[in-house]
Amino acid sequence: MCRVVDLQQAVLAKNDIRAHQLRAELAARGVIVVNLLSSPGSGKTALLEQELLLARRRGVPVAALTADLATENDAVRLARSGVPVKQVLTDGLCHLEAGMLGGHLDGWLPEDTRLLFVENVGNLVCPASYDLGESLRVALASVTEGEDKPLKYPTAFGLANLVLVTKTDLADAVEFDEAAFRAHVEQVNPGVEVLLTSAKTGAGLGALLDRALAVAVGGPVHAPVMAQQHDHQQHDHDHHDGDHAEHHSLAHHHS
Amino acid sequence: MHEMSIALAVIGQVEEAALAGGATAVRSVRLQVGELAGVVPDSLAFCFELACTGTVLEGAELVTDPVPARARCAPCAGEWAVGMPPDLCCPKCGSATAELLSGRELQIVSVRWEDGTTRAPTPAPTRERIHEER
Repeated sequence: MCRVVDLQQAVLAKNDIRAHQLRAELAARGVIVVNLLSSPGSGKTALLEQELLLARRRGVPVAALTADLATENDAVRLARSGVPVKQVLTDGLCHLEAGMLGGHLDGWLPEDTRLLFVENVGNLVCPASYDLGESLRVALASVTEGEDKPLKYPTAFGLANLVLVTKTDLADAVEFDEAAFRAHVEQVNPGVEVLLTSAKTGAGLGALLDRALAVAVGGPVHAPVMAQQHDHQQHDHDHHDGDHAEHHSLAHHHS
Repeated sequence: MHEMSIALAVIGQVEEAALAGGATAVRSVRLQVGELAGVVPDSLAFCFELACTGTVLEGAELVTDPVPARARCAPCAGEWAVGMPPDLCCPKCGSATAELLSGRELQIVSVRWEDGTTRAPTPAPTRERIHEER
């Protein structure tokens, strides 16, 4: 017999549940995760290397995990800062998931770590959908990518707690329109802070570390509009055949 | 392109429910996909068909119900379709304190399956013998 069964399950429920567990497990150890999202080549690694170096100088125990489809180049660069670094190779997968991150932290993350920076796979589409258990999600865009990047990738920028502009040393050369960029960010993520940085000149360096430390001590985190959808699910009970069983289970969106 | 990961997550959850419910074959899966969910329905359908092979979902149809993104302004109570790219600032009063009402859905709504309680008369599979077959 053919029957229609109401499932009402969020497709990413498993990832969301794992992410919540991971956030709680890490919080119990005094660790918060900073998830860095950007397109390939936007300067995540260069900026992160500087921030890690600064953290080490200031005596802040940090660690970094960097994900790429292939090569250990980024880990080699980040390791120059002297902090614990791990390279994750995704073998072609375009994003990290909470379970993968958890697996990679087992037995690696040093006990005294306070901030774990996760450099996600360079991609503004897929990583946006996966909560990694982070407490601070940062979307980055370089001045060379165009001011409309936040409009082209609205979920990546719309779900960020903080937006960083990188490579501002090139802003004049590419005639970067900062006001337009800020307006586009505001359109998809009203109220989010936008910071300007240059790993080359040092402008704005330390801001990411400061924001992450503020979150680590329980400071306020920007709550994006896009991440706060209230659960007004409209259920379509339009069944035509068979009997009808109710199987309501985990159906909530987690932001 | 994370539609394959999404398709696998859908299949995993439906398989679990189907096994628990004694299903013998899943005929269709109904999914809500919000405008802001970051998933392309056509691409998802393609991945879904491939990934269903060899599972209880083999041959199942994926039905996607698109959900438009809508927001409401807290101060002026205006509601609007946020569009794509989304505009989450209130078009009336410019307030930045909107509430998203819909658009982020990525939800398995329902599944239609055969549970084997009454066997419908199924014709024996017939097909042309292919040339190489002896």
